Amino acid sequence: MIQPAAPDLITVTIDGKEIAVPKGTNMIEAARRVGVDVPHYCYHSKLSVVGNCRMCLVEMGLPAVDPATKAPVIDPATGKQRVNWMPRPTIACATNASPGLHIRTTSPIVKECREGVMEFLLINHPLDCPICDQAGECKLQEQSTGYGRGYSRYIEQKNVKPKRTVLGPRVMLDDERCILCSRCIRFSKEIAKDDVLGFVDRGSYSTLTCYPGKRLENNYSLNTVDICPVGALTSTDFRFKMRVWFLKQTPSIDTESSAGVNTTVWSREGVVYRVTPRENDSVNDTWMADSGRILYKQIREGGRLESIRVNGIQADLDQASTEAARLLSGGRVAVVGSGRSSVEEQFLTKKLAAAAKAGVHLVSRVGEGDKLLITADRNPNIRGALVTGLVAALPSAVLGALGAQIDSGAVTCVVSVGEDLLAAGITAGQLAKVSVIYLGTHANPTSAAAQVLIPTLTVFEKHGTFVNQQFRIQRFARAVPGSPGATDDLLALSRLVAAAGGPSLGADVGSLWAAIASEVPALSTMAYGNIPDTGLLLDATPWEGLPFAEGPSLHFKPAAPAAKEAPRG
Amino acid sequence: MPAPEQFRLIFRHIDEPGYTNDLDCYVRNGGYETLRKSVARKPEEIVDDVKKSGLRGRGGAGFPCGVKWTLLDRKSGKPIYLVVNADESEPGTFKDRYIIHKDPHQLIEGIMITCFANKVERAYIYIRGEFPEGARILEKAIAEARAANFVGPGILGTAYGCEIYVHRGAGAYICGEETGLIESIEGKRPYPRIKPPYFPAVLGLYQCPTIVNNVETLCHVRHIAERGGEAYSKIGTPNNTGTRILCVSGHVRRPGYYEFEVGKVTMGQLLNEVCGGPLPGRAFKAVIPGGSSAKVLKFGERYKGKRKVGAEMVDYDWSLEDIPMDFDSLAMIGSMGGSGGVIVMDDSVSMVEALANINAFYSHESCGQCTPCREGSLWMKKITGRMVHGLARAEDGALLKSVADQIAGRTICAFGEACAWPTQSFVAKFGDEFKAYPESKKAKRADGVPDLV
Repeated sequence: MIQPAAPDLITVTIDGKEIAVPKGTNMIEAARRVGVDVPHYCYHSKLSVVGNCRMCLVEMGLPAVDPATKAPVIDPATGKQRVNWMPRPTIACATNASPGLHIRTTSPIVKECREGVMEFLLINHPLDCPICDQAGECKLQEQSTGYGRGYSRYIEQKNVKPKRTVLGPRVMLDDERCILCSRCIRFSKEIAKDDVLGFVDRGSYSTLTCYPGKRLENNYSLNTVDICPVGALTSTDFRFKMRVWFLKQTPSIDTESSAGVNTTVWSREGVVYRVTPRENDSVNDTWMADSGRILYKQIREGGRLESIRVNGIQADLDQASTEAARLLSGGRVAVVGSGRSSVEEQFLTKKLAAAAKAGVHLVSRVGEGDKLLITADRNPNIRGALVTGLVAALPSAVLGALGAQIDSGAVTCVVSVGEDLLAAGITAGQLAKVSVIYLGTHANPTSAAAQVLIPTLTVFEKHGTFVNQQFRIQRFARAVPGSPGATDDLLALSRLVAAAGGPSLGADVGSLWAAIASEVPALSTMAYGNIPDTGLLLDATPWEGLPFAEGPSLHFKPAAPAAKEAPRG
Repeated sequence: MPAPEQFRLIFRHIDEPGYTNDLDCYVRNGGYETLRKSVARKPEEIVDDVKKSGLRGRGGAGFPCGVKWTLLDRKSGKPIYLVVNADESEPGTFKDRYIIHKDPHQLIEGIMITCFANKVERAYIYIRGEFPEGARILEKAIAEARAANFVGPGILGTAYGCEIYVHRGAGAYICGEETGLIESIEGKRPYPRIKPPYFPAVLGLYQCPTIVNNVETLCHVRHIAERGGEAYSKIGTPNNTGTRILCVSGHVRRPGYYEFEVGKVTMGQLLNEVCGGPLPGRAFKAVIPGGSSAKVLKFGERYKGKRKVGAEMVDYDWSLEDIPMDFDSLAMIGSMGGSGGVIVMDDSVSMVEALANINAFYSHESCGQCTPCREGSLWMKKITGRMVHGLARAEDGALLKSVADQIAGRTICAFGEACAWPTQSFVAKFGDEFKAYPESKKAKRADGVPDLV
């Protein structure tokens, strides 16, 4: 891989602190690097700069040069080059680093500017924080503590604008709270490529709305809610459900496709209330699809498997292990692993297959990619199966070979890790011919037919790792405790490995990773605790010839097909 | 000292008996001869002439035209556009409309010379939406000039060609701001762009280098090309060259258009002699010298300081009547020459009500893009509106000033100053009137009087 050229570094001075930043860095980002917060509303690091909120006004100065000789003008008092401060404040978001640039963010004039903007933003704002969902994560509230007045000089009537405007199926708008920063408009245009939002009317009466006949209903609409700095755009799903300051945040990964979108799961007392994107500039920036945000509902959905059952009768894990050992001892076993399982689970699935001398099958799920954050491969962890060695080739959508083996009598027992065999092309007749050991979260025809049934956990209830389309290994953590009656996948699988006569392995990620690191070459130098929050890129060269389904998407370009001699780099 | 004679350069033929706005009449009076001579010259020579002439933009800011042209990014390889700002919307200003109505070919000739000098092959005239008649006249004039080979491909037997398009605005003051105007031509809301990076000379129309010039400015280009830069620069006063059309409106006996050499006529000569003085039984109270956004001046005040005459600094002590009507003098005493719209108010005017009127205009015209102007202009309107509707408070003047101070200098475009300056200057110069307004009889509205704002 060719490293990108080192960017030109430029030294700028922020509140007297010098810092070298790449050319083109704007002053908000440069200030962030020295720990200086420049308040802003309209600026968003992933969107175009419009500079309309005027909250980030700072004082700017450039090094003085003699106009005639172009020689630096040195201040005799300090021995340094004199700085010519501009008479007017400038916006930090649109000021890019240039050599010797100085900014001041704490001077009286800057404070006065911020106070002025705050007062203006609040005079027509309804100030309905007690009933506003944004309260607690509202930029207006935050900046009010620093630059608010505490009383109002405004005795006129506030502007009246539409409340409760339905912009689309998932987004609700309160125009009175809107500060007209245009982040949502720019997101729709620039990222979602679905230009449906705009302002009508002018001046202080400007009103955000959808274009006539259009709705904000693309699969990325809820990102507008995330980036809305105030409570104007709210999620119809989350609205009025919970105060954000009560919620616990857990880092997680979106499982709807191999993009591996980083997420934060917000929960309180064992209940998940919402899922939002977590910034990862190498994977999803600050975005995620709407469809991934409702996956948490599966936790409390009907059909959740509630107890371990052996031949339909409620049992405990020991009884299930005993029965499984009996079924597995007969030989002629097949294991259906899953691209939805975590790396750790896939490692154990591989161990299980080895112990039971079983063939391994996987089910592929290929749909259409949206070129953004939903990829063609809807399994979040096919690459985990490759990395752990569970499989060596990409799976197909139909378990045709397994069906044939069942028909021929070569397989009489199937262990399925969360995969519904009927949905994967096994017929009801074939299913009736085999004994089934099923691990899964929700009821389906395979779970109904299982001789041994062990309910397991959803991604929100367990720890683990996934490997995304970039071969980036990323961790997810448990947000809420497991559903009653469910067994941790790792425990269930390690008991099955033992039941099949395999080694005794740890049933928690920590101890399991010792075994993984010693046996999986690609992960040999790693430990679970050492994987950074933004993931680690693995060496993909052993698999680069495989015909992966993904097309290009955000921060991802598929490797050129091996057959073509495409120039590298 | 008696007022000097008018120097009618742009208005040389306008208002002459029998002078019409068609091509024949224009050509009969020597029209397009300058263009014919210009296309035989080197483009750089014409740019040089304009630089030497010292011509300053007549749209409001008074930026030197030649400098504007030299800032153009000519190395990008992108096409260069000329945009003619005919979105004349500043209250008190009505000169561009008159030029377009009475002598459209003068403008077209100026455009063609400018385009030739800057190697522009496409020009847009952005005309205010409320000027349908002007747009019709321009369309007709362009068609005539095209038929006569003054506009279009291969003009006057040369290889050079240029098309002129008329684009009608949709009715917003902010469309006159050059980057807002560019956005509007591109079909978007006229939100002014942030500068940097979107300087029209580099990233203008369709992200190409663009010249935006006022109608009157381009007419002057025609006369500069005719007379030569050196000769033109002798008209007017140093750094304030040429002539300037002053649009006088309000409480004078003879309001109207007057074209003078810049700086050769004083405020007193203009109002008292040229315009005939105040209405019978009245006395002048205040004057806004450059369109409604310029800071108001108060009769009876004196302006003192030092100014540069040649290389020397000399003291000046002027009454309002002594002020020469040029860019630098008006800026020096704290107002501006702006667009040349002189608005005169006599002692029948309540300054609170006059400001309420101006604030109503600016709050209606704020585009709403950036916070200080959007919220501040409406707040000021609401305060002055409340005052004139009978709920004035003694502290309102101070509040108005404080709000205006939070706007000026902190916005994306110059509209922030345009809406803050009237309030700042009205309160500064007529603060007593604002303080006394709650007590005045006028503060209470009579029954049945319609809302002023």
